[in-house]
Amino acid sequence: MATPTPVAMTAAAGARRFALGFVVLAGVLALVPFAGIYPVFVMKALCFALFACAFNLLLGYGGLLSFGHAMFLGTAGYVCAHAAKAWGWPPEAAIAVGTLSAMLLGAAVGVIAIRRQGIYFAMITLAIAQMFYFFYLQTPFTHGEDGIQAVPRGRLFGLVDLTSTTAMYYTVLVIFLAGFAAIYRIVHSPFGAALNAIRENEPRAISLGYDADRYKLMAFVLSATFAGLAGATKAIVFELASLTDVHWTMSGEVVLMVLVGGMGTIFGPVVGAFVIVGIESYLSAGLTLGSVVIGPEWVTVITGVIFVACVLAFRRGIVGEWLAWRQRRRPGTPPDT
Amino acid sequence: MQRFKQLALATAVAALMGVAGGAGAQVSDNVIKIGVLTDMSSLYTDLAGAGSVAAAKLAIEDSGIEKKGYKVEIVSADHQNKPDVGSAIARQWYDQDHVDVIVDVPNSGVALAINQITKEKGKAFLASGPGTSDLTGTACSPNTIHWTYDTWMLANGTGTAITKAGGDSWFFIAADYAFGAALQRDTTAAVEKAGGKVLGGVKAPLNTQDFSSFLLQAQASKAKVIGLANAGGDTTNSIKQAAEFGIVSGGQQLAGLLVFITDVHALGLKNAQGLTFTTTFYWDMNEQTRAFAKRFAPLDKGIYPTMVHAGVYASLLHYFKAVEALKSDDGTKVIAKMKEMPTDDPLFGKGSVRADGRGIHPAYLVKVKTPAESKGPWDYYKMVATIPADQAFRPMTAGGCSLVK
Amino acid sequence: MQALFGQLLIGLINGAFYALLSLGLAVIFGLLNIINFAHGALYMLGAFCAWLLLERLGVGYFWALLVAPLIVGALGVVIERTMLSRLYKLDHLYGLLLTFGLALIIQGVFNNVYGSSGQPYRMPDVFTGGYNLGFMFLPKYRAWVIVASALVCGGTWFVIERTRLGSYLRAATENPAVVQAFGINVPRMITLTYGFGVALAAFAGVMAAPIYQVAPQMGANLIIVVFAVVVIGGMGSIGGAIITGFVLGVVEGLTKVFYPEASNTVIFVVMVLVLIVRPAGLFGRER
Repeated sequence: MATPTPVAMTAAAGARRFALGFVVLAGVLALVPFAGIYPVFVMKALCFALFACAFNLLLGYGGLLSFGHAMFLGTAGYVCAHAAKAWGWPPEAAIAVGTLSAMLLGAAVGVIAIRRQGIYFAMITLAIAQMFYFFYLQTPFTHGEDGIQAVPRGRLFGLVDLTSTTAMYYTVLVIFLAGFAAIYRIVHSPFGAALNAIRENEPRAISLGYDADRYKLMAFVLSATFAGLAGATKAIVFELASLTDVHWTMSGEVVLMVLVGGMGTIFGPVVGAFVIVGIESYLSAGLTLGSVVIGPEWVTVITGVIFVACVLAFRRGIVGEWLAWRQRRRPGTPPDT
Repeated sequence: MQRFKQLALATAVAALMGVAGGAGAQVSDNVIKIGVLTDMSSLYTDLAGAGSVAAAKLAIEDSGIEKKGYKVEIVSADHQNKPDVGSAIARQWYDQDHVDVIVDVPNSGVALAINQITKEKGKAFLASGPGTSDLTGTACSPNTIHWTYDTWMLANGTGTAITKAGGDSWFFIAADYAFGAALQRDTTAAVEKAGGKVLGGVKAPLNTQDFSSFLLQAQASKAKVIGLANAGGDTTNSIKQAAEFGIVSGGQQLAGLLVFITDVHALGLKNAQGLTFTTTFYWDMNEQTRAFAKRFAPLDKGIYPTMVHAGVYASLLHYFKAVEALKSDDGTKVIAKMKEMPTDDPLFGKGSVRADGRGIHPAYLVKVKTPAESKGPWDYYKMVATIPADQAFRPMTAGGCSLVK
Repeated sequence: MQALFGQLLIGLINGAFYALLSLGLAVIFGLLNIINFAHGALYMLGAFCAWLLLERLGVGYFWALLVAPLIVGALGVVIERTMLSRLYKLDHLYGLLLTFGLALIIQGVFNNVYGSSGQPYRMPDVFTGGYNLGFMFLPKYRAWVIVASALVCGGTWFVIERTRLGSYLRAATENPAVVQAFGINVPRMITLTYGFGVALAAFAGVMAAPIYQVAPQMGANLIIVVFAVVVIGGMGSIGGAIITGFVLGVVEGLTKVFYPEASNTVIFVVMVLVLIVRPAGLFGRER
């Protein structure tokens, strides 16, 4: 998709900037439990932030809009929940097997989906995800609309009791930061550069000897894997896995997060996830603005309005607009991604 | 430095939302805080939704609890039918906002999650909206009371009563997921126990638009009764199309296994006439229910109370009585007290709450009137049979609840 | 065997709806290169229009068949002029995202105003009852659905493939600059095409009103199936969309008899298979 083209800058300067940003982000998030902020909200936002970052890897850097990414989030959630509950696996193993399942699914779906581009690609992923939705709805181990409930959080590595909210919070934070850093590394590796080249101009990249399909497939599998990591972690946090996470509206929601935050920017999806999850939580109890009361029944409409507004007027997203604004003010500053 | 500003912005957004989300929390021993967790934006808005909040308000008014020196507050939220959204709200309500009791929660998936959290936190959950009989079975909890209805009771009531009335051969159109399978299984058991036969069934995927293919199969089975083991839009569409294909006029009877008065209203009597199903509440039963409906309808866009609304009202009345008796709003204790005290309210009459958390009251088999029989707005049901309280619900020993010894 | 005839006929009737909806999508995609995700919401809007016309103004079914598409089509023109037209220079995926947002808005508003359980639309008196075909009871209305949608689909195909207006349209799809140079107002043509495609969705909505519950979510899930139909037929292929619509209705109908559990997924399975074997769809050309 058309995104502000990342301008090359010296790798060292970019890495320094990212490192600084990363440390500040980690520091602020680490303070959350002490700041009186409700940690379950932040855990949820972090899971979605990782999901959005994974999605951004594919859309922002690979130029592929998947409209079925919920299947990876949901599959990993179900597998993880089932492993933890039915098989009694410890949380780290359950999350690992959930993530692995998303990776394998990503490989299988990717092989079919990357045969087509653009709108076709979006529609194929959507259709395959819809197949999986019906599969999970009907298969007994997911318990239909009830979902897998009362998943034990267990003890991490047999040591840390995750039923403590604080312990759970830091576990989620570490998983998020690790995933986030890994995605940054991937984007800024030779692989990421090749992927970018393919997104910019596929025929040229092919003529330069890149096997475009192989790169796209890799990107798809990586994206699915991180989405799976997010889904599996979410299942442990909320102690449940449900159909919500495989429904196509979830696939739409992650597109929105990336769009709002800024696609093709490293920090954008994180911001977008916090904004969207925040709106969802806010509006669930209604919102009072002066004398106007916006009830929870308007949440769908407001989501739609944000979608439309972003597409029409705000295509760079929050972080993207901010970077562009800074670029205009101080043309000398190298933009970062 | 620039980098830092950008981050500061991002995290400030995050921090703001977290903080603001938790605002409004005050510690106060003398406040009973009720959280109405319901669906305000999707499928169940009509049968629960804003009406459940209205019912809770009426319950506070009628209980007179505020005159006795208690302060009562209501908060409400939309779970959007997403278990993770619902459980995040519930956790925040319990952890930060000092909510003492959560009511309603239509949608079994969300309700089971709330059931679990309420147990962890030692609060109280009055489930009026959800149907799953697991709430008083394998998932039963000392902190939950399942008030209005459940799938077993609907299946058993409808299955038994219709079979005994001569509808002794059945064909099912079941929604193809756990819910539909449970309804079909429980109804089959009831039909066979009452001496009837099940000739067959077909599994229809959820959210099927067109049921004509399944209806033709049902028609061809020559069964006297077609059981609709589905809910919501699936039920209304199958009923509407059954009328079109002349199934009812052809002599077959439709049995709905989960039908609310709002569904009948949405279908219109022309389509819904003759449909038979079980309910635990109908507004036009006696003076008291009629009076309740008259007060309720203007508060909820003219919708007459469903059994879910009635359940929110009645379960809260009983809850307040227990709180007064105990002079405490400790969740576990109040629920225990509610199980001890007999229930008595204007909508469900006299009853009790069992050890497994099941609210016990009579159920009614009703038949939808023809347009000619209906005398006014929302005059929809004819009472066919009353299922006495002791037979309406699943025997406690059969549920597998760990609280039952 | 007799039962099978009945099921085939039922499948064909459902196929008529798929055909009407996928035709509209295909027309829009052909000229605008936009996946109109709001198609399901506009289909719902058509049904609600019919209901409102009847309940509020006493306008009957046949007038609604004409008026509702006009109203919704006019709304489509407004959407195209004020929003979609600003996205043509960008990646086509933005059109998908915009219409996705529009669908959420339209469905959300109707859910709040008219409730989630929907409204009943009275079957017009002309169509009550049905024909006993021996192997099945065919409601009159279902017969009408097949006839009416076959007429509308055929008419649309004829206009696009066989008339001068259609040839401009097809030419504009291939090369808008050249067509513009011949003095044809291409932007206006695009606007009207979108309005027409949307009107087809509304027409299908009115057709659906007497047999399905008129509910805010009625198009939300249907739309994904219809997309699959268009993808199988070949994006942008008018004839392909029509034929595939009818054929897949039958395929789905047969699945409902032999393996009902899969009847919701069979179309997606077909789609994946088609895409593996013929990526451009059965009737599509590689672009």
